[in-house]
Amino acid sequence: MATTGERIFGLTREEIKRQIILPWKEAFKICARNILIRLGRSLVTASTTFLSVAFLMSVATMVTIARSVAKGQAGFQLTPEDIARYNWLVAMAMLICFVGIVNSMLMSVTERYREIGTMKCLGALDEFIVRLFLIEAGLMGLLGSLAGSIVGMLVALLRASFGVGWHVWVSTQWAVYGEHGIGLLGWLIISTLTGTVLSMLAGVPPARYAAKLPAAAALRTEI
Amino acid sequence: MAEQERSDETRQAQAKTNEQVVEFTVRCRNLHKVYVMGKVKVWALRGIDLDIRRGEYVSIMGPSGSGKSTLFNMIGGLDKPTEGTVFIDEVDLAQLDAYELAWLRCRKIGYIFQTFNLIPVMTALENVTLPMTFAGIPEDERLDRGMELLKRVGLADRWNHKPAELSGGQQQRVAIARALANDPAIVLADEPTGNLDLRTGREIIDLLKELNEENSVTIISATHDLKMIDVSDRVVWIRDGKIARIEDRSKLQLQVGMVEGEELLEEEETPPEESEMPEV
Repeated sequence: MATTGERIFGLTREEIKRQIILPWKEAFKICARNILIRLGRSLVTASTTFLSVAFLMSVATMVTIARSVAKGQAGFQLTPEDIARYNWLVAMAMLICFVGIVNSMLMSVTERYREIGTMKCLGALDEFIVRLFLIEAGLMGLLGSLAGSIVGMLVALLRASFGVGWHVWVSTQWAVYGEHGIGLLGWLIISTLTGTVLSMLAGVPPARYAAKLPAAAALRTEI
Repeated sequence: MAEQERSDETRQAQAKTNEQVVEFTVRCRNLHKVYVMGKVKVWALRGIDLDIRRGEYVSIMGPSGSGKSTLFNMIGGLDKPTEGTVFIDEVDLAQLDAYELAWLRCRKIGYIFQTFNLIPVMTALENVTLPMTFAGIPEDERLDRGMELLKRVGLADRWNHKPAELSGGQQQRVAIARALANDPAIVLADEPTGNLDLRTGREIIDLLKELNEENSVTIISATHDLKMIDVSDRVVWIRDGKIARIEDRSKLQLQVGMVEGEELLEEEETPPEESEMPEV
């Protein structure tokens, strides 16, 4: 029915599309400010990611240490059962991480329904809202999981220092990938990425749900 | 069949828009809205026909639960009517896609709410410039215009304050500045004085009237504040989702303060029999 040549409010559809934008730079600015201003709230949200990723990273570090330095040493001998158990632990850590992040993202979206409704009244497209929450989840996921993986690795290295000796700091394979498989830096990248991606994945559905609400319904919400 | 007819009507209407001969900026036809709450259906609007002229100051009055906020949402494109059509400048809102609807909300209509609805983490200036961000206006221009608008509402010195650091009246002023950010043709206000004391409410009403007179912005205000009557060109009385009566200013000035005025006050205090309607 509506063709592209048709004019609405004296403008073509293309002109209208060009007049509603949210550049990524602006979106980043809004999100960064949002995180900083709600720092306490952001830290609680990020702490879920932090703890889960720290757990994931410490397990990964223990495996790497065992593989590269502690070959044959008591306490770090890896049997196939050990490896299976570690894998199970890592999987559990990821699952807990996912549930925790979904929960905190859900909370941080629901408590801002009214804000979302307001933004829609001011001319935000649904995808602007999703973009804002995606960036926010991504930034918090990145910070939380970067801090988490570094702390997780340090804790596991310290623990090994007391058990095996301080030489673990040098003799463990740091390289991203080497003769003993994935090294510490490799695991750092993997767990940081995992945390960030999980965080973003968890953030999108609630944000999309909130963005799709009619503006009036979002404004009506009382929390 | 009906679809065909409607599209013809829309096309004709659009042809009219292009000739710039439209007198009515808002037209509502046979608006119905039904809220389904569990098993209960609540009719918030039961057939509203309303035309609003360009540059008019219209108050929609009625007791709480009468459907005025629902009507406000329909006119503003914030919710879809169950039945019926809203035309803004002869464009049928139901025909708009997401971009066009966002464009309408961003540039054509400014919204003011009872609860102000400022973004709590942003300063006054950032709140005012947000709609300009969505409209793609460059930062320098945004800041200049934002400060200009804050000056206009008398809050230039408070630009760096968060909503929590401002009084109710000041927050509503910021909200008015924000509503004007992209120079809208229509300002929709939902109980703009509802959370304010008498004097502050009066100031807000005067500010709206000033905008109406100086910038010829069409003001549509859902309210049950009788102070609004003095400044309105027309008052639309709503009851049980229908228009009870529409009164022109000339007629109104005679009535306010007389018998009719008292009747209105009584109506105001009607117990919330209509409370099955969700308050918006």
